[in-house]
Amino acid sequence: MDLVWLVPLFPVLAFAAIIFFTNRSPNLSARLAILGMALSTVLGLWIFFQALITPGLAEHPFRLTVNWFPAGSQAVAIGFLVDPLAAIVLAMVTTVCLAIFIYSQGYMHADPRYSRFFAYISLFASGMLGFVLADNLLLAFLSWEIMGLCSYLLIGFWFERPAAANAAKKAFITTKVGDVLFFLGILLLWFQTGSLAFSEIYPAVQNLAIVDPQIVFIAGLLIFAGAIGKSAQFPLHVWLPDAMEGPTPVSALIHAATMVAAGVYLIARTFPIFLAASGSPALIWVAGIGAFTALFAATIGLAQNDIKRVLAYSTISQLGYMMAALGLGGFVAGIFHLIAHAFFKALLFLGAGSVIHGVNTNDMWEMGGLRKKMPLTFWTFLIGALALAGIPPLSGFWSKDEILGEAFLHNPLIWGTLTLTAFLTALYMARQISLAFLGQPRKPEAHPHESPPVMTLPLIFLATVTLFLGLVGVPDDFPVLGPILGNPFHRFLGENFAPLGIEAEAGTFQPLVLTISVAVALSGLFLGWFLYGRKPLALGQPDPLARLGPVWTFLQNKWYIDEIYNALIIQPVIRLADILRSFDQLVVDGLVNFSGKATASFAEFNRLIDVYIVDGAVNGIGRVGNFLGQELRLIQTGQVQNYMLIVLISILMLAGLFIAQ
Amino acid sequence: MSGVPLSWYLTLATVLFAIGLYGTLSRKNAVGILMGIELMLNAVNINLIAFWRFITPHLLTGQIFAVFVITVAASEVAIGLALILAIYRQKKTIDIEEIDLLKG
Repeated sequence: MDLVWLVPLFPVLAFAAIIFFTNRSPNLSARLAILGMALSTVLGLWIFFQALITPGLAEHPFRLTVNWFPAGSQAVAIGFLVDPLAAIVLAMVTTVCLAIFIYSQGYMHADPRYSRFFAYISLFASGMLGFVLADNLLLAFLSWEIMGLCSYLLIGFWFERPAAANAAKKAFITTKVGDVLFFLGILLLWFQTGSLAFSEIYPAVQNLAIVDPQIVFIAGLLIFAGAIGKSAQFPLHVWLPDAMEGPTPVSALIHAATMVAAGVYLIARTFPIFLAASGSPALIWVAGIGAFTALFAATIGLAQNDIKRVLAYSTISQLGYMMAALGLGGFVAGIFHLIAHAFFKALLFLGAGSVIHGVNTNDMWEMGGLRKKMPLTFWTFLIGALALAGIPPLSGFWSKDEILGEAFLHNPLIWGTLTLTAFLTALYMARQISLAFLGQPRKPEAHPHESPPVMTLPLIFLATVTLFLGLVGVPDDFPVLGPILGNPFHRFLGENFAPLGIEAEAGTFQPLVLTISVAVALSGLFLGWFLYGRKPLALGQPDPLARLGPVWTFLQNKWYIDEIYNALIIQPVIRLADILRSFDQLVVDGLVNFSGKATASFAEFNRLIDVYIVDGAVNGIGRVGNFLGQELRLIQTGQVQNYMLIVLISILMLAGLFIAQ
Repeated sequence: MSGVPLSWYLTLATVLFAIGLYGTLSRKNAVGILMGIELMLNAVNINLIAFWRFITPHLLTGQIFAVFVITVAASEVAIGLALILAIYRQKKTIDIEEIDLLKG
C-alpha cells in the first residue's frame, strides 16, 4: 500500500510523455496512455484487495503524507488516504477508466487530435485518482479543479463546432460557481478546525469546544454547493446535457462514471461534517435537492430525442438518487449506487457511442432496427438499460432498492419522489431502446454496422460487471441469497466512519418496497414498449407522448431552465456589460482621446513656436552673418596696395576732420 | 642761426615722403614698394633730425628716435626682402598685383 502515490502518477506521466514527446505518433500515444492507465489499474486493484484483507482498516486507515508548504504556524501536509471508501471508489475508477481508454482507441480512430485526446483523458484520470485518494481538502480541491479543466478541454474537444465550444464554456462557468462556494467551505473549515486533513477535521467538527455548529452547517452547505456544481444537481445541472457535445468516451468517463460522481464522493468523504451540525439540517438539503433533481431530470429525459442527452438527464437523475441516499444518512446505499451506476452508465454511454459510430447520428428517430445490425451493442445496452431501470438481479436493482428502502424508513415523501423517478426511468429507457434498437431502420441508407472488437470488448466487460456487481450488496436478511452472500459491501464500507461513532445502517429486506419498485420498473418498461415498441414508428411521426400537450412542450424545453437563466442571469449580465462598454467608450475612451488630442494640439503649437520663432532666430542670425560676410569680402581684395590706399584715404579723411574742427 | 632754415628741411622731407608714398602705392614691383617704404621712413628721419636740430638741440631724443627708425627700417627691409624671395620661389613673380593670397 506504500505505493499508493504511484496510482495517480502513472496517468500524469503518460500525459506529459504524450504532450511533450509522442504527440506526432497517434498509436504510440494511445498505447502510452493505456499502459499508464493499466499500471494504475493493476496497482489500484492490488491496493483494493490489500484493503479488503487488512483488518481494522477503518480504525487505522492507511495514510501517506508529506509536508508541502508552511501556512502560518503550521505546515500544510498533503498526502494520500486509503480507507474502505477510497479503496472501493479507487477500484471502480481505475477499472472504468481502463475500459473506456481501450474503447476510445476504436471510437476516436482517425481523429486528427487522437494523441491529444489520450493526453487529456490521462490527465483527467490522474485528477480523479488524486481526488479519490486525497487525504486533505486542499489536494482534493486541486484534483477537483484538474478534473474541471479536463472536462472543459474534452467537452470542447471538437472546438470547430460552435456548439461544442459553447458547451465547454457553459460547463466550465457553471461548475465554477459551485467550485468557488466549495473553496469558501474549505476556508471556513480551515478557519474553524485549523486543519485541512480529513483525519483531523473528522474529530474536530464533532468537538463542540472547537467548532461552532452553525458555521460547520454553513461549511457543509458550501461543500454541498461544490458537489451540486460537479454532480450537476439542480439548479446547476444545465451544463451536463450540453456537455454531450464532447466525444462519447468522454461522456461515459467524465460525465457519467467518474467526475460527476466525484460530487457524491465528496459528500461521502465529508460525511462527518454533515452529521456534525446538530440535527444535521445540511443533510435535509442534500436529500431534498437530490430527490427533486432525480425526479426533475427524469421528466426531462423522457422528452429528449438525442440518444446521449437522454442518458445525460438520466445521469443527473441517478446522481440525485445518490445525493438523496446520502442525505437520508444512507451512506453505504449512496456509494453502492455510485459504483453500480458508474459501471452501467459507462456501459450505456459506450453503447450509445457504438451506435453513433455505426449510424453517424445522435437522433434516436433516425435509428431504429439496430438490434439485428449491431447485436453485441444491443444486448449489452439492454443489460445496462435494465440495470438502470432496476430490474432484478442486475446491479442497479440492488443499489436502487437499498436507496428506496432507506428512503421508505426515513422520509416517505422522498421515497414517493424516488419511486416515481424509478417509473420514469424505466419509461424513458424503454422508449430509448424501442426507438433505437427495435422495429425497422428508419434510415436504411445509413448502413449501420457493428463496431470493432476494441469497442465491443469493453462493452462486454462492463455488462458482465453490471450483471454480477449487485450481488456484493444484497441485504443480509434477503431470502436465500442474503445469508449466502452476507452483504460484503456493507461490512467493508459500513465500517468507514465507525471510529467516529457514525454507524451506517445496513440495507434491509423490505418486501413491500421491493415489490413496489419492481412493479413500477416493469410497468414503466411495459408502458414504454407499449407506446414506442409495439407499433414501429416512422420517421416524422409525432411522439406518442406528445398527446400530453403543453406538459410535453414544457418537458421538451427542459422546464425552460436555460431560458430562465438566460433571462434572469445572462441577459442582465450582457446588458450590464453593454452599459459598461458604453461607459467605457464614451467616458473613459473620451477622456483618453481628449487628453491625447489636447497633447497633440499643444505639441502642434510648440512645433509652430519652434519652427517660426526659435528656428527663425537662429536662421536670422546666420543670415545676417552671411550677408555681412558677402558684402565685406569685396573689400578683402588681397591687393596690398588697395589696403595701403584705404589707409591713406582714411588718414586724409581723419586729417580733414581734424582740420575742419 | 645762419644757413638753411627749418622749412627747407621740412619741405624736402615732405617731397621725399610724397615720392615714397606714390612709389609704394603705384609700383608693380614688390622691391619697388620696399624702396618706397624706405623713402618714407627716411623722410621721417629727416623730420626728426630737423626738429631736434632746430627746437631741442640740448636733448638727445630726436637723434635716438632717428637711430631707432633706421634700425627698424633695416630689419623691415630684411624681412620684406626675405618674404619677397619666398614669394618669388613660390609664384615665380614679384608683381604685386599677381600676389593676392589674402583675397576674401
